[in-house]
Amino acid sequence: MGRNVLELKNISQAYGRQLVVKNLSLTLEKGEIGCLLGASGCGKTTVLRTIAGFEPLLQGEIHLNEKIVSQPGYSMPPAKRAIGMVFQDYALFPHLTLFDNVAFGLRGLKKSERILRVNEMLELVGLAHDYAKYPHEISGGQQQRVALARALAPKPALLLMDEPFSNLDVTLRERLSNEVRDILKAYEATALFVTHNQHEAFAVADRIGVMDDGNMLQWANAHQLYHCPHNRRVASFVGEGLLLPGVVREGRRIETGLGLLAGIPTCDCSPDQAVDILIRPEDVIHDDDSPVKAEVIRRNFRGANVLYTLRLSSGDLVQALVPSHCDHAPGEHIGIKTDVRHLVVFDKRDPSELPKTA
Amino acid sequence: MSNPLPNGTALTTRAVPSFLRLQFYDGWRLMTIVVAAMVITPLSVVLLSWLNPAGEIWGHLSETLLADLLINTFWLVTGVSTGTVILGVSLAWLTAVCDFPGRKFFSWSLLLPLAMPAYVLAFVSLGIFDFSGPVQSLLRHWFGSSHWFPDIRSTAGVITVLTLALYPYVYLLTRNAFQTQGKRMLEAAESLGCSPRRAFFRVVLPMARPWIAGGTLLVIMESLADFGAVSIFNYDTFTTAIYKAWFGFFSLSAAAQLASCLIVLVFVIIVAEQRMRSRMRFSEARQMTRGDRIQLHGLWRFLATGYALAILSVAFIFPLLQLLYWSLEIFHEEFTVRYWQLVWHSLTLGVTAALLICGVALLLAYTARRHPDLPTTGLVRIANLGYALPGTVLAVGIFIPVAAIDNFIIDLGETLFGVELGQLLQGTLLIMLLAYLVRFMAAGFKAIDGAMHRVTPSIDEAARLAGLRGLRLLVTVHLPMLRSGLLTALTLVFVDVMKEMPITLMTRPFGWDTLAVKIFELTSEGEWERAALPAITLLFSGLLPIVVLMRKSERD
Repeated sequence: MGRNVLELKNISQAYGRQLVVKNLSLTLEKGEIGCLLGASGCGKTTVLRTIAGFEPLLQGEIHLNEKIVSQPGYSMPPAKRAIGMVFQDYALFPHLTLFDNVAFGLRGLKKSERILRVNEMLELVGLAHDYAKYPHEISGGQQQRVALARALAPKPALLLMDEPFSNLDVTLRERLSNEVRDILKAYEATALFVTHNQHEAFAVADRIGVMDDGNMLQWANAHQLYHCPHNRRVASFVGEGLLLPGVVREGRRIETGLGLLAGIPTCDCSPDQAVDILIRPEDVIHDDDSPVKAEVIRRNFRGANVLYTLRLSSGDLVQALVPSHCDHAPGEHIGIKTDVRHLVVFDKRDPSELPKTA
Repeated sequence: MSNPLPNGTALTTRAVPSFLRLQFYDGWRLMTIVVAAMVITPLSVVLLSWLNPAGEIWGHLSETLLADLLINTFWLVTGVSTGTVILGVSLAWLTAVCDFPGRKFFSWSLLLPLAMPAYVLAFVSLGIFDFSGPVQSLLRHWFGSSHWFPDIRSTAGVITVLTLALYPYVYLLTRNAFQTQGKRMLEAAESLGCSPRRAFFRVVLPMARPWIAGGTLLVIMESLADFGAVSIFNYDTFTTAIYKAWFGFFSLSAAAQLASCLIVLVFVIIVAEQRMRSRMRFSEARQMTRGDRIQLHGLWRFLATGYALAILSVAFIFPLLQLLYWSLEIFHEEFTVRYWQLVWHSLTLGVTAALLICGVALLLAYTARRHPDLPTTGLVRIANLGYALPGTVLAVGIFIPVAAIDNFIIDLGETLFGVELGQLLQGTLLIMLLAYLVRFMAAGFKAIDGAMHRVTPSIDEAARLAGLRGLRLLVTVHLPMLRSGLLTALTLVFVDVMKEMPITLMTRPFGWDTLAVKIFELTSEGEWERAALPAITLLFSGLLPIVVLMRKSERD
């Protein structure tokens, strides 16, 4: 266990009278990359701005390197927090060269040290030769990297990134998100970023928090989020798949339109209880020999795979990810079987109720 | 309407530049060349005046006057640009980034002084602060006659008046810069360890430099071109000297030579201003949200409100009240048929010029759209440079060639046909309208061209697929899309022409007095009260484009 660099304790935040962050907690250890994932307007950017010190706190505490930097009535000025920030629009200073942009936050250093440091940072992001250029003379992806170099140059305790890839086109986004992770890891930086794109979150972050309407729904790594979502909202926001209704039977098995499902035991389910089970597309396997048949409703061609939406004989819908050499038209009936390792079960009576997985 | 490849042969004959071939000169481009020539002609006429020196008078002028003119101009430009930068930048920062009581009101009302022509503010200030004015009278009443009072008819007085009249240019542009990126840049600097104060001076201010400089250059251009305010203050600059040379010494060539000195100064400013414009393009716009503002606390809140209110009062509210008071006092004597004739002249000129200029601007905008090649774009730009030419220079530079043509025709008539012709072109509205056309083309073109950019080529293509062509395309698709731009252009040009003083004064046909000319005549005799009625009429018409401007910025 490393040292906690960032700790949010039950923070709440409001714009006017509207609560935009509700009782949110999280911790980041040294060297970890965290991500707040959520739709726009869910409060994730507000959390980031509060950590940076641009917004006062309504409730709770923010600790940075085990010292309080924000609590109601007190807010350490942003300049004193040793936090670096990459803004959504990068906010590079248009009147300064790349060199001067990166050097901006470096104070109290000798001239030779400054030059070395700026050079090192520009080299890290692959722009060492462009030091004399102005921000408008380089591309969007390069601007993004300069913003990263500028924020990292003063060796901040924590790096914040606000939608760092949203202004880039799709192909560049993927390449750059890998690059940024490599840079942050090479640098052993502790970082927190926000995004609405789960692929970015999965590609870059060690820990991901799913946010909705100011609440933190789950704070976990990508694998846990995908395979063991805490509740329905996380299940539907992260990854694909559909909820399949079922009834709990003897022996911790569940009867569904796909037949009796048995996986890693799901506790606390009393017999005859009505539940919903999360079925991911890869849980359903195409098998012509299977006695279970389903009708193809919709077909989404994805290159290597095809995502089929299927209607079971019970009338329930499931999705299946099938290698694309098997091509079936809507209306056809295909054989399927299930490969469910563990069951993610939600109680039907109470949609907001918490998880039932092991 | 648009043909994507205007020169079908461009691909095969690349060796010859397109503008050297005859096909290049279609109607659109020829028209643009004519308008561009109208900008170049007065320039050349004025510069070529040195070939025919007005010996004695010029000698007299250069001995006695030239040094004074240069010194006066230097102080005027230095003082007014310093003053407008201080006022404009500070007010822009307060209204764009901070929050204090009345911020919303001030953010638009601080533009109101744009409606007040500098010469109106000038004579009202004289009326208020002169020896016999209300302020000094009151002081005498309280403290007796021995008190000292600064002389308002001084360099500092002119500078103050022009600063108050022109600061909105700096304010408007700088506020735009601060609004789109001020707070974000401040935050970026803070996250890198800068205190807010330091961040303001190291980042926000330098970042806004192109906008501040752009506004200041406009201010300098206006100060160099100003004729009314300086002549009311008897402060000699090149514009008043040009007027005196022509109407005092009756030497057009001396006037032209003085104008050429002014042109050199203006040219430096144009080059600098065009460079600033290109630098402003690098930053993208981004609106601030409410929560983003810096909240001022305690005493600072009220200092901010007080400061903004003080400037607004001195530059607009007090002068307006004084004008209203005077107008009411003299209403019965002045509100006569004679007054209506002035209004009629101003309106006629304003409407005619607005229609003419916007018509030509529309054609120029279509040319720029049809022919986006380098030579044509260059011509369109030249055609729009006239806004930088002072009215006095244009009056001289256009009068001389028109008079020459006139005399040529008269001579021709006499020698060839033995007919004695009167003056054909002099003494008509032609010279005036041509000068207006050159000077105010940019105001009309900018608004129309802005609207034209919204009519994208794909809109034309969509309309053509729907079967619309030619005139029907123009009437059913283009005109409705251009309508608000055209209206803005018409309003702007109309008001500019109504307020225009030197061109009208120097080139109007006999008997064509306008409101502005009347103000000049009355104020040169110190009849402040009587000048109030025409002034207030101009002021109210000047509010029109500000309302348009504000409604636009609300929509954007």
